[in-house]
Amino acid sequence: MEQRNQVLDNVIIKFAGDSGDGMQLTGTQFTNTAALFGNDLSTFPDFPAEIRAPQGTIPGVSGYQLHFGSVNIFTPGDECDVLVAMNAAALKANMRHLKKGGTIIANSDGFDHKNLRLANYTDGANPIVDGTLDSYHLITIDVTKMTRAALAESTLGIKEIDRAKNMFVLGFLYWMYNRNMDFTFKFLTEKFSKKQDILDANLKVLQAGYNYGDTTETATTRFTVNPAQMPPGVYRNIMGNQAAAIGLVAASQKSGLELFYGTYPITPATDILHELAKYKNFGVKTFQAEDEIAAICATIGASFGGKLAVTASSGPGIALKAEAMGLALMLELPLVIINVQRGGPSTGLPTKTEQSDLFQALYGRNGEAPIPVIASMSPADCFHAVYEACRLAIEFMTPVIFLSDGFLANGSEPWRFPKADDLTPITTKFATEKNDGERYLPYKRDEKLARPWALPGTAGLEHRIGGLEKQHETGNISYDPENHEFMVKMRAAKVARIADFTPPQKLDSGNEKGKLLILGWGSTYGPIKGAVRDAREKGYDVSHAQVRYMNPLPKNLGEILYSFDQVLIPEMNTGQLLSIIRDKYMIPAIGLNKVKGMPFSSSEILVKIEELQKK
Amino acid sequence: METTTQNPESPKFTSKDLVTDQEVRWCPGCGDYSILKQVQTVVPELGIPRENIVFISGIGCSSRFPYYMETYGMHSIHGRATAVASGLKASRPDLSVWIVTGDGDSMSIGGNHFIHLLRRNFNVNILLFNNEIYGLTKGQYSPTSEEGKVTKSTPMGSIDHPFNPFALAMGAEGSFIARSMDRDPVHLKEMLRRTNSHQGTSFLEIYQNCNVFNDGAFEIFTEKSSKKEEAIFVENGMPLIYGQDGTKGIKLDGFHPKIVDLTVEGNSANDLWIHDESDRVKAGILSRFFDRHEKGVDHLPRPFGVFYKEDRKCYEEAMNDQVVEAIAKKGAGNLDKLLQGREIWEIH
Repeated sequence: MEQRNQVLDNVIIKFAGDSGDGMQLTGTQFTNTAALFGNDLSTFPDFPAEIRAPQGTIPGVSGYQLHFGSVNIFTPGDECDVLVAMNAAALKANMRHLKKGGTIIANSDGFDHKNLRLANYTDGANPIVDGTLDSYHLITIDVTKMTRAALAESTLGIKEIDRAKNMFVLGFLYWMYNRNMDFTFKFLTEKFSKKQDILDANLKVLQAGYNYGDTTETATTRFTVNPAQMPPGVYRNIMGNQAAAIGLVAASQKSGLELFYGTYPITPATDILHELAKYKNFGVKTFQAEDEIAAICATIGASFGGKLAVTASSGPGIALKAEAMGLALMLELPLVIINVQRGGPSTGLPTKTEQSDLFQALYGRNGEAPIPVIASMSPADCFHAVYEACRLAIEFMTPVIFLSDGFLANGSEPWRFPKADDLTPITTKFATEKNDGERYLPYKRDEKLARPWALPGTAGLEHRIGGLEKQHETGNISYDPENHEFMVKMRAAKVARIADFTPPQKLDSGNEKGKLLILGWGSTYGPIKGAVRDAREKGYDVSHAQVRYMNPLPKNLGEILYSFDQVLIPEMNTGQLLSIIRDKYMIPAIGLNKVKGMPFSSSEILVKIEELQKK
Repeated sequence: METTTQNPESPKFTSKDLVTDQEVRWCPGCGDYSILKQVQTVVPELGIPRENIVFISGIGCSSRFPYYMETYGMHSIHGRATAVASGLKASRPDLSVWIVTGDGDSMSIGGNHFIHLLRRNFNVNILLFNNEIYGLTKGQYSPTSEEGKVTKSTPMGSIDHPFNPFALAMGAEGSFIARSMDRDPVHLKEMLRRTNSHQGTSFLEIYQNCNVFNDGAFEIFTEKSSKKEEAIFVENGMPLIYGQDGTKGIKLDGFHPKIVDLTVEGNSANDLWIHDESDRVKAGILSRFFDRHEKGVDHLPRPFGVFYKEDRKCYEEAMNDQVVEAIAKKGAGNLDKLLQGREIWEIH
């Protein structure tokens, strides 16, 4: 039978299976292969909260969504074109994310009686044989049988043989999308360099999956997705947490300060620790503290000692750090606090994404306690945003909060990475001499209102700092009412002044004046960008601005807001930036809110744009 | 291993140079005054340049201490001085880091950091001012107050069983555990010297009288009339002898300490327990010399001195070793290589 080849401009594949089926690995392999081929892409893994939920059940389903194309890709995609379902639970959990008429690649072995029961299908029902999927393009393969057959001569045990199943699927998809398998060959060869039998098995099954597509009539069409038009340059693929880790190392190198990273494991921030722990040869010291409070307090100690001090957590851990964040701002020491947001409140949804800690970042401390806040917009932007957080912390002598979220942390995209020499310099100044005749005044301020950083070990500059209110300039304890009000205003003015040194807000797309502005912050960037592109193609008058500097807000933001008839603010919370914008700029901004632990799809935003413009 | 860092090039300073321009604001008669004086006396003898010394405290009366020491210092937040000091020492092993804390600060709100600091064994000194009361908040019982203690928050007497700080420190793998008191300046100074010279986390508990909210809590150990009978000063290699004119001793009957009357014929100092600071089992038993000091009741005296000391690698040293090892194996990090990662592609 003749095979057809169809050219597509973008494809969304969801890999779904049991937590133990290796879907994350399959997904990343396909992703890296697509990236090296030159596709633009965006990915989003969707893990269960449990490490190993009961096999075959819906809570045990682990997913990985990849959107790749020859066009610009802004999000992991809304509904998928292809769903890989390794078992019945994977199908059931993901059917609602599949496009009408989409393709399902089902592992028939995962649809036996037991799996169907575990996935809560009614007795006798089996979607892959009973016709319920007739409106979809269903490809059924007994992956387990094929894998075992391919390894009939292997000396491996049956458990190890079955573990290679995902390679069969990967090989099949490589065939389906005309992909070169070199990247995966190389990856497997390195990964199993000391386990020849496992390497052989994986390579064999991968090839068998590819050949299966080539020789059987299971699928008659192959697809080509050409490289994307992207700005010229050298690219790599990067995940948000990885980008944040590298950003910290870069800031350490550029500032000349050793990085001290004190943290306590928490999802989804922990991978930054895992990443940094590998970089000890950059002088990085990672400290896994006994709890969240110790983690931040240790970093305060390191900052006092003159290091680039960073702590990270997610919402619940940030709550525990609140008192120490207040101390850091009283001490006016540089410190970066990373919050990789997840669904809340309380333990909430640990593996899901949300933007509901903006208020916590801005207001979650006792007293008048302003701290600058920077939010990253995309996985790769985590690098630039955390780097900027470090720069502001050091140059302004202040704690700075960096907001990421689960979507950014685990999502990936191609990154035209910078050269070390091209990064913004970070100026580190240590006090070396007395600054008031024969005295050293620890709270005497420079033009940025920053105080000097005098390190222990510097003779003649011995001084004491603490959490009690301090006298202007001397830093001595002061209960004077006038002084307290003065210092409260001084600390606020210092943070506000940062806006004089940070770039003005820019429009990402659209006209400078018009009917509708979509104002986003953080990880809604991709979905909004996609929606605005589509809306503008349809002729709607809509513009887009994405805020990175959450505090202080860019000085020209008001001017931009006032240039539009309407302002729509999509957020993965119940309207936090919305409240701030309404409060600060007194405009009737409109919210578009989603609190489902899932990112927005572009179409959800597009629907809202159309609704607003039709009125 | 005990060392004292001497820096001959550093200008010498005296205890007067350690006095700050801040007025000392503890209550008149507070035991903290004596401790401050002894610390200011001992520190200049240690041979450490003044600028390399950092005092870090939490919250409580004792935690005002850094403001009165003309060194580097930080008055942090409640219970966290130990955590702040950990980060400072981890990143600046060159500094001499002292933690000043109280029984509420380190045993209650900061209990977690206290035990973890001990097990990690950073080379820092903890001075625990134990007054068995919450002073700064005006007189509530603390985790070291005895059962039945009547305070503002316990009008019918405390029902909390107190911590035995030494048993806690032993359980937390402390590598140096010692006790002294505010009213014995000679002993306190000696203990401060020992505390400083130990390489590892040195835990010195100092009985400190709060003359406002818990006056006389340690009187039995400090007053001439009872001190000889109630306190025993242990010294490495010496038998456990106490009492008026050294007439009492302690020997071990299996794992049980027994009081021996040395005036009775047949009892000899040669049969007594010889104190060995490195003996973990004996230190464990010694830490249990903790029954309440009620007058007239036959009980074991409260020990003072260095109970236990072991040499164990310090955390900051191990941390540095890994950095050195990583550089030796992989070479110093190259930022451009890191930015580039493993797989790249080019778009023309």
